[in-house]
This record gives sequence, C-alpha cells and structure tokens, in this order.
Amino acid sequence: MRDRRSRRLPVLACMVVALMLAIVPLPAWASPYRPDWVVLTLIYWSIALPRAYSVGTAWVLGILLDIAYGTLLGQHALALALVGYLTVKFHLQLRVFPLSQMTGVVLALLALYQFVLFWINGIAGIYPEAVIYWGPVVSGTLLWPVMSVILGGVRYQP
Amino acid sequence: MVAARADRSFRTPALGLRFLLLAGISIFLLIADHRGDHLDAVRKAIGAAVYPLRVAVDAPVSVWRWIDETTTSRNDLLLELSRLEAERLITQARLQRFTALEAENARLRAMLDATSRVPDRVQVAEIMAVSSNPFRHVLVIDKGTRDGVFDGQAMIDANGVIGQIIEAGLLSSQGVLISDPDHALPVQVNRSGLRTIAVGTGEYGRLDLPFLPNNADIQEGDLLVTSGLGGTFPPGYPVGVVDSVIRIPQGPFADVSAKPAASLGQVREVMLIWPGEDELEPAAEPEEAEPAAADPIIEAAAGE
Repeated sequence: MRDRRSRRLPVLACMVVALMLAIVPLPAWASPYRPDWVVLTLIYWSIALPRAYSVGTAWVLGILLDIAYGTLLGQHALALALVGYLTVKFHLQLRVFPLSQMTGVVLALLALYQFVLFWINGIAGIYPEAVIYWGPVVSGTLLWPVMSVILGGVRYQP
Repeated sequence: MVAARADRSFRTPALGLRFLLLAGISIFLLIADHRGDHLDAVRKAIGAAVYPLRVAVDAPVSVWRWIDETTTSRNDLLLELSRLEAERLITQARLQRFTALEAENARLRAMLDATSRVPDRVQVAEIMAVSSNPFRHVLVIDKGTRDGVFDGQAMIDANGVIGQIIEAGLLSSQGVLISDPDHALPVQVNRSGLRTIAVGTGEYGRLDLPFLPNNADIQEGDLLVTSGLGGTFPPGYPVGVVDSVIRIPQGPFADVSAKPAASLGQVREVMLIWPGEDELEPAAEPEEAEPAAADPIIEAAAGE
C-alpha cells in the first residue's frame, strides 16, 4: 500500500511532462510529426499499473488535451479512453510481449487513436492534410522503445 | 497471490462499463460543443488549470530571451538605437502628412455630415503559445478579461490582421488565426471596392476567396482590407495581397487566393483593438460601405 502511494508522484510527474511536451511550440515543419506523448505515457502506465491508471485517467488527460488544443471537448478524451480501455483489457498479454512485438501493438494503438480523431473531425466537417494523421503514428512508434526504457527507469528507480 | 486476484478483477465488466460510461459522456460533450457555445464556462474553468502548464512551457523561451536581451553588447545597442532613430525620423515625417490628412478628412466628413471616425484603442499582447494542433490555428496570448479582452476581439500585427479572440479567459485568451480552416473574414478589395469573404486554408501563407465569380474585378497584387461588415473586425485594416487569380470558364467561381499581410507563422506579439464606440455594435449598419481608402493605415500599406 505504502509502495503504491510512493509511486504515484513520479507517475503524475510523467503525465504532466507528457502534457507539456504536447503543447510545447515546435517549428512548422516538425509540428505534424509531434509524437502523441500523452498516449505513449498512458499506454506504458496502464500496462504497468492498470489498477491505478486506466480509462478514468485516460479520459481526464484527454479532456486536458482538448482544452489545450482548443479542439471539440471530448474528442481526445474519447480516443484516449478507448486506448486506455484496450490497453488495460489486454495488459496481461501485453506484459509478456517482447519489445519488437509491443512496438507493433503501440503502432496499432496510435493508429486507432488517430483514426478516432479523424473520424470525429470528419463528422464535424474538418478535413486537414493526411500527414497530420500518420505523422504522429510514425514518430510515436519510433519513440516507443526509448520511451519504455526511460519510463522503466522511473518505474524501477531505487 | 494478491497480484493474481487484482488482475482477475479486470476481467469483470466494471472496466467495460466504465469505458462505455466515459465514452457516452465524451459523445455528449462533443455534440454539446459542436452544436453551440454551451460549454464555454466549462472550457474556461479547465483552461485555468492548463494555464500553469503553458507558463511552464513558455518559461525556457522567456528566460532565454531575457538572457539574450540583458547580454546584448553595447555596440549592438548603439547600432539598434541609431537605426530606430532613423526610423523614427521617417515615421515622424510621414506622420506629419497624416495629421494634415486626418484634419482634412475630418473636415470633409463634417461637410458631408458623416459620422467622424473614432480612432481605435490598441494594446500589445504577447503570444504565450501557438497551437500545436494543425487542425486549428489557435494562439494563446497573455491578456485576459482582466485587461478588457472580450470574445470576438480583433487581433492585428504591424502589417495586418492576424485573427480574433475566441475565448477570453481571466489571465490568458485564445485567439483563432485568419488562416484557420474554420475562419472566414469579410474583406474588400481596396482598388475596386469589391466585397467578398476570405476563408482560411490551414496554411499560414494562403487565404482562399472562394465566392468570386469569373468576371469579378480582381487581379494579382490587389490589396484586401477588412470591410467592417459582420461587426467583428473594424474596417480598413489590411488583410492580404491577392497572389493568384485563376479564372475557370466552365465553373461558376474563379479560383482566387491571397497571401496574408501579417506573417502569421512568425508573430511574437499581437495588437488587440478596441474599436471606436460607433463600431462596437455588431452589424448595426450593415450597409456602411465606407470608402476604404479613408484610413491612413491603408494608404501606408498601399504606398509600399
């Protein structure tokens, strides 16, 4: 019990950092390739500590993203909650996956996340360029091995 | 053992139920947000929670700029000073002409019995964040309702219109750029007086003018200024320059695009406008087709 409580602070710090990275200004050419930091962080922690961080956390993070990005309220929340649900649902299988296979799963989850955003934008009548959808999927997948090592460092800190 | 029991609890429908519930709330929020402004208060409340994050993100940039400013060498400062001094002389010379013109204009207007133009109040605001989401060209400025910012207020920079405020918070506000794909702006061609709408494209360097017939009096190089119709933007501020006119004989509309006068991708400061009292009432006089060239700003922009 005491162990879980002491772990809460570093995880929250990770999420705050992810939110900051999500809104930090990037040059125009790099901006479509901004990785979905919040999604990657959420995937990691909901596999590691699924009891503490699942759909509820995902949804709250999504609402904060909606506010920060000025998108329709609930758009990122819905997409993130879906990702959180699937990750927690299959966390036992995902835990035993080797890194290569896990990276493939992350690719699929990121694609699903972007698809939900795309779908909601389409219904709302917003049609941006396609690179905006696949750019974060590519960069996020490439970053996943690095992210899992760094977050593993946070998780198993002495 | 404990872990095994805990893990089994995820198999229960509780997780699925929670997800369905949150998904339902999300969809409800989406519909409410898309259909109208019912959620403005909610947005503002949560926006206040995001504000510290924005400050934290902005901090390294401000610190860097502070260091940059404080360590500028004396020589650079002197150079800058002489440059500014020269610039001031030129502007002052121009200004003298404008004061004379302004007086003449007021006199002529008085003779014509028209309402005289009230000068707009302007305040500079600094940009804290530019939207990282390419779906929407949104920026956050460091002035809020405490400084008198209001929803729908026009933002300009030294060269032209930038956008308008969409969400005035207490300490910071969000503004949408004219290049946002959702933004449309009533404009007027300065040369011919032709009125039309400039729509954002999602690119910083391009605006679309989709509603111009093939025989419209418009050509490359025409200056577009705000027409003042619609009530949000005061009339006479430069918006952009027409950079391509493609007439499509078999189609109903020509394909016209313009380059924004303000450098939307590079702004660091914006100016907020409080229009003169007579222009505050939105759409009070929808047919106020004023000769756009009456404003000195346009003459300055057109003369260049």
